[in-house]
Amino acid sequence: MTRLAICKQAIATNTKFFTKRSFSSSGLEANSSKYYDIVIAGGGMIGCSLACTLGANQKLSNKRILLLESSKNKQYIPSEKYSNRVVSINPGNKKLLDNIGAWKHIESNKYATVKRLQVMDAISDTSITFGEETSSKDISYIVENDLLIHAVKTEMEQAKNVEVQYNQRIKSYNLPKESGEMAKICLEDGSEYTCDLLVGCDGQNSQVRKAMGVNYLNWKYDNVGIVATLKFNEEIDNCIAWQRLLPTGPIALLPLTSNMSSLVWSTTIAHSQQLMKLSDEQFVQAVNEGLWKVYERYGIVDQLVKSFDSFLRAANIPADVCRRYPPKIQSLEEGSRASFPLGFGHATNYISKGVALVGDAAHRVHPLAGQGVNLGFGDVQCLNKVLGEAHYVGCSLGNVFCLKDYESERQKYNVKMMIAVEGLYRLYRTDSTPVVIVRSLGLQATDVLFPIKNMIIEEAST
Amino acid sequence: MAGNLLKGFVRTQNFKCMVKIRLYSSGTSTIDDKEVVHFKKFVSYWWDEFGEFKPLHSMNKIRIPWIRDCILANNEMKDASLPLKGYSVLDVGCGGGILSEPLSRIGADVTGLDANEDLIKAAKAHAELTKANVNYVASSVEDHARENFEKYDAVVSSEVIEHVTQKEEFVKACVECLKPNGSIFFTTISKTKYASFLAIYLGENVIKGIPKGTHHYEKFITPHELQRILEKNNCRTDVVHGTIYNFLTNTWSWWFNSDFTYVLKATKLDKQNC
Repeated sequence: MTRLAICKQAIATNTKFFTKRSFSSSGLEANSSKYYDIVIAGGGMIGCSLACTLGANQKLSNKRILLLESSKNKQYIPSEKYSNRVVSINPGNKKLLDNIGAWKHIESNKYATVKRLQVMDAISDTSITFGEETSSKDISYIVENDLLIHAVKTEMEQAKNVEVQYNQRIKSYNLPKESGEMAKICLEDGSEYTCDLLVGCDGQNSQVRKAMGVNYLNWKYDNVGIVATLKFNEEIDNCIAWQRLLPTGPIALLPLTSNMSSLVWSTTIAHSQQLMKLSDEQFVQAVNEGLWKVYERYGIVDQLVKSFDSFLRAANIPADVCRRYPPKIQSLEEGSRASFPLGFGHATNYISKGVALVGDAAHRVHPLAGQGVNLGFGDVQCLNKVLGEAHYVGCSLGNVFCLKDYESERQKYNVKMMIAVEGLYRLYRTDSTPVVIVRSLGLQATDVLFPIKNMIIEEAST
Repeated sequence: MAGNLLKGFVRTQNFKCMVKIRLYSSGTSTIDDKEVVHFKKFVSYWWDEFGEFKPLHSMNKIRIPWIRDCILANNEMKDASLPLKGYSVLDVGCGGGILSEPLSRIGADVTGLDANEDLIKAAKAHAELTKANVNYVASSVEDHARENFEKYDAVVSSEVIEHVTQKEEFVKACVECLKPNGSIFFTTISKTKYASFLAIYLGENVIKGIPKGTHHYEKFITPHELQRILEKNNCRTDVVHGTIYNFLTNTWSWWFNSDFTYVLKATKLDKQNC
């Protein structure tokens, strides 16, 4: 090799020290703990999906995968009732679930298809819509968290090379520093595992990320998310996801069934505390108010919006011909109201030697665009592709060279998406007149610019 | 033989390298933990993906797929996770095993050959760490050929021949190890002013990505010359393709001409055919 000779001499003098002893000591280390090719820390939605996806990858069929989950194995009991925690899965990620065989379990159970997404500004009359009810293209799919995990788990348990251990609390991680070293995982029960690649799918408070010591940019929003399952008084063709951007934060309705929708409302801390204290009837009233209440308008904004609208009509590119309005809420599914804190976070590095971060462990966004879990699934797809390719060229799975491809591809996408979501959030949290003018006209313009709209849909659905 | 040739190469290393070498061999007399650390340092020196050997590490991204796909070109792949399962490959001049280990990981039955015993020891130590299954042998290719006549499905000699003085003997011995109809792979630097400018002047003096004194223009070989030697040894050259190395991004790519570096693949012909 190129630098052969230098090293030849380099060790020539060292030869006498290359004893059996030095080899066997490292050998012993490896034997006392159990070895897996890949260890996944965290068996949530993303962790299970990753295990399942890697298990189904032909190029990795000789790799042994271990998934460690700290909680016990919860059994999913199908019920008529809808859980209050749902996720919106975009078509690209539905395809992933389909490929790993998990989608059929969801399909045979329950899910809702979103054909159209309508976003409205509460302060001006502007709105933007994506997709058509009659179109064959779907915007996204609303699936219960528990059902999704159940579906992925069912498939994961059938994968031959995936092993799962529940109730495993992790004490510490020992990450490799030199080439050839392996990541070591010590559990609280005293057992140890070594692996080529450790994947942190352990959520926003990721211990793996902490062990990596990467920079993590994060802040808490002065916003709290409230979820609930809502009922209408009539059956409707429920395939529209609604979002109204209030100055206190966005309120959104995601379709579940013909007479039920899921509420995701992020609002100020004080307001959320108030909302949580209300009786069910009062809460429903508050939701309806959030969806319908007319805020104080600015004359100038309304005028500008109207004249821009008539200009668009004159130019023969009218926005929406017939306007639709969100359904009226009748009641609340008992006990479905819950609140949770919201935050932003992004790790400057997703990888280092022998370790990678996936999903919320690497990034966390505001739920207003329903992107959090989709970014995570995107990570899963990308890491699966990168690891398959890496092994196919003989790379060890923990090789930074190969993992770098995962990091750069995902950061390119995730950062762009997170900036867009963060920008939207900030843009709509204000009611200062100039900002409202700019965003209203911008929204109107975007709504009629189909190429741009299609681009946004494409971008958000891969 | 190759070992002797390489020893000549050692002598030509410049002072900078000598200093570096001392770092790895400084005074120890008994076997203790220090030596283990010491020795680990040496393994990591070869295997640091961003260290001095980084061009060899990044080259894996193109040379492994190329070797893999050439071997599989006329054969069916049975297992995507071990595409080269069932093929025996001889890596001549394997050094620390930067190429041998990945080849073994995709299923090949790899024999890593290097004339330098110490390098072989380091390669073995690393393979033990990574659980790579490579059979490392410390021997010259000439000696190895005597006992392993027509044994391998493929012979690979990557970035080695540009350090060998007696190229005719070297290639002859490589071909002797190869089964009839087997493939032989070379990657090396072409003997052009352009290559000398890039690899020696730019690489060693300006960008300093390659340690000084690594390459010598007079030892470079053009594809035609290599092809001629192979022909003499009953091998038909199938592919010659240029490659180029980007010092700044540390990536290799295929290139339209073979004026800088190139890869060459030849097939050993059956005796009946000639």
